[in-house]
Amino acid sequence: MTRQPQVGWLSDGKRLHLQDGPIDLIVEAQGSAINIRAAYAAAIGRFTGLLDELCAELPLLRTAADPVRCALQGIVARRMHAAVTPFAADHFITPMAAVAGSVAEEILATMVQAAPLDRAYVNNGGDIALHLTNGEAFTVGLIDRPDRLGLMRTAKVHVDDPTRGIATSGWHGRSFSLGIADAVTVMASTAAQADAAATIIANAVDLPGHPTIVRCPANELQPDSDLGSRLVTRDVGFLTPSETSAALDAGDTMARQLLGRGLIEAAALRLKGEIRVVGLPSRGANGLHRSSLAGESMILPERHSHLASVQEGARP
Amino acid sequence: MTTDTTAADKIRCDACPVMCYIKPGAAGACDRYANHDGQLVRVDPHVLLERTVSHGGRLVPFQAGGDWDGKIVHEPDVFVTAIGAGTTYPDYKPAPFIVSSEIDGVDMVTVVTEGIFSYCGVKVKIDTDRFLGPETATVRVQGEAVGHVTTGEYGSQMLSLGGVHHLTGGSKKEGRVTCDALMDLSNCKPVEMTIDGGATVVVQAGHPPIVNGVAEERMRVGCGSATIGMFAKQWHGKVDDVVVVDDHITGVLSEHQAGKVLDIADTGIKMKGRRSTPGRYFQVAEPGTGWGGTQISDPLTILGPFDPKVAKPGTTLLMVSTTGEHAAYYELDDNLKPVEKKMPADLRFSVERIQENCEPALCTVLFMGGAGGSLRAGVTDNPVRLTRSVKDALTRVTSGGVPVYVWPGGGITFMVDVTRLPAGAFGYVPTPALVAPIEFTMRLSDYAALGGHMDHVRPLASLTANETRLVASPSPKAGARS
Repeated sequence: MTRQPQVGWLSDGKRLHLQDGPIDLIVEAQGSAINIRAAYAAAIGRFTGLLDELCAELPLLRTAADPVRCALQGIVARRMHAAVTPFAADHFITPMAAVAGSVAEEILATMVQAAPLDRAYVNNGGDIALHLTNGEAFTVGLIDRPDRLGLMRTAKVHVDDPTRGIATSGWHGRSFSLGIADAVTVMASTAAQADAAATIIANAVDLPGHPTIVRCPANELQPDSDLGSRLVTRDVGFLTPSETSAALDAGDTMARQLLGRGLIEAAALRLKGEIRVVGLPSRGANGLHRSSLAGESMILPERHSHLASVQEGARP
Repeated sequence: MTTDTTAADKIRCDACPVMCYIKPGAAGACDRYANHDGQLVRVDPHVLLERTVSHGGRLVPFQAGGDWDGKIVHEPDVFVTAIGAGTTYPDYKPAPFIVSSEIDGVDMVTVVTEGIFSYCGVKVKIDTDRFLGPETATVRVQGEAVGHVTTGEYGSQMLSLGGVHHLTGGSKKEGRVTCDALMDLSNCKPVEMTIDGGATVVVQAGHPPIVNGVAEERMRVGCGSATIGMFAKQWHGKVDDVVVVDDHITGVLSEHQAGKVLDIADTGIKMKGRRSTPGRYFQVAEPGTGWGGTQISDPLTILGPFDPKVAKPGTTLLMVSTTGEHAAYYELDDNLKPVEKKMPADLRFSVERIQENCEPALCTVLFMGGAGGSLRAGVTDNPVRLTRSVKDALTRVTSGGVPVYVWPGGGITFMVDVTRLPAGAFGYVPTPALVAPIEFTMRLSDYAALGGHMDHVRPLASLTANETRLVASPSPKAGARS
């Protein structure tokens, strides 16, 4: 018998919460009641057994991606591989770098296929797949302290913007990072692409050899980590403002490269309270605005500090 | 959880198919399960859910029915039962274990003691229509009175056994035998008892009763009248008349309302017994262990002569008991006397259908006891506050981890299905009295407020292995142990 995922509503009674093993999804669809129901039922149906599907190919998913050939079979696994392929020639990257975004995309695609929806999103622990139809938009907010009210930055994604995926990476998160960014949030055309790109940019925000940065082989923390014995960031001590800038510069350069290659639409890099925004304001996504709801916070981020959250957008 | 034998320090989590290897002090990929000193522990029940709950949010299961269930799964929390906790009598000392554990993020305490119950007994429900003995008749074990037959319930005979008078009010032997019988019944062991003016019955919780050496198989499908109502359509056109023999109400198809609706003609049948309403007869025979809970073995003895003005030779008649265990088929001869014949297949089928609709007959045993003053003193220095706390639903009472029904009114008198307790949960003291597990679970703050023995509260983790025995986590839906 297939293991059943946990299925429940969040307290507002509108957002569906799905959880299975390490996968944790918040799902919301907007449209007619019957279509929403059909979409949620489809989401649950697709989610059931999805983790098993991935785990069937886990060893290969944890292996550095071949830039040319994909030996993976599952549709989600192949999507993960495709998302990391653009980076595989120049970087160590495994398909696991895009797992969260790829799962979000898969569930969203299933929902949209099941029923026509005005808007929908699947948020997989901060890696978000978006669906928009005519006239619709999402307002995406960045928060640095989930335990406090207030947004740090917001961005509006319109239906005619290319962005359909948002992802965040950083060393505080559940996945390990080779870099020191507190959070790198990326907007891209797909959630899988955003997920992979955020990983690469967050890894690039770094000060190699800096004495206050504590690093540890990944497999000493998690014996079966896909990063093997590579050093992952465990703590970032005091950095001078110029060191912080230098680290962000490195990430900034990487983000601009990816922007130029058309792999991302925008990125926001955050380290020790400093923020860099890379993006193309002219394309309508408008990069990431300073939020009018709350000023930029200088408080040191804590664990889980870099969640991007989707807010109810004002409809045009 | 499986322990990795090649690397003793890490464990492999089997909570999900990722099957993470987790080092001591570390968490798996999900951040939910961690290795705590070699034990797999749940560390972060659910960040989002927890936040929702702690913010007073509402959790609504997604229920669309059908293929997937929308339940919000609860991890089986470790629950400490009182079985084997030991106790003292009189219970002026703090209960042996007063354990605190986290449940839903609330600091909970479980006060664990084994209660000594002088005021206790068992209520036995025996699924049979067979006559076990008249109401109020004495029930004996080894010749000693241990209780009595009480008012019957639907399809079942009821016994009320034990109680303070049999335990301590009679002879020393009566008390000891009663105590043993209660303990054996509560521990799901078979007990043979005889009922004055009635049957010998072997009662074992969760098993069919054995009445006068014969194991009961089924409960009746309904009384004779109900059976006529249920099966009238299936008999229509296949037989001229049907008598469903029952100790309580015997039904006759041709006279019954269900037969009238189907235009079934009079057959001239004459029933013995007292007619209640058309087609329904009380007291067609004495209660017994024969047909339909009566004493009869030849069903024709409950029929009078057929009315010669109405009855015709060749009229067919089915007689069947309310469990379908007894059935016979007759045709009237030229003298209008019923003569048994081979039953036609479609009537045989209807008899089997009655059998199929009878549920398995079981004995069920509810232990019933009252938590008196001294037991409560083991929990708190102000015993009445515990009682009030239970009444106010601040304190949850369980027995061996099994939910109980707390009888309203004064005191803490509860009932519990003994089949749901772990094996050997009940004991005795020579008083004589039964020792039964009882747990009171409440918030730590509520425990302090009702005068709890705060200096004796121990964290759950401090119970060492030789003090504990793990049993299946209690659940209101848990089935009977087999």
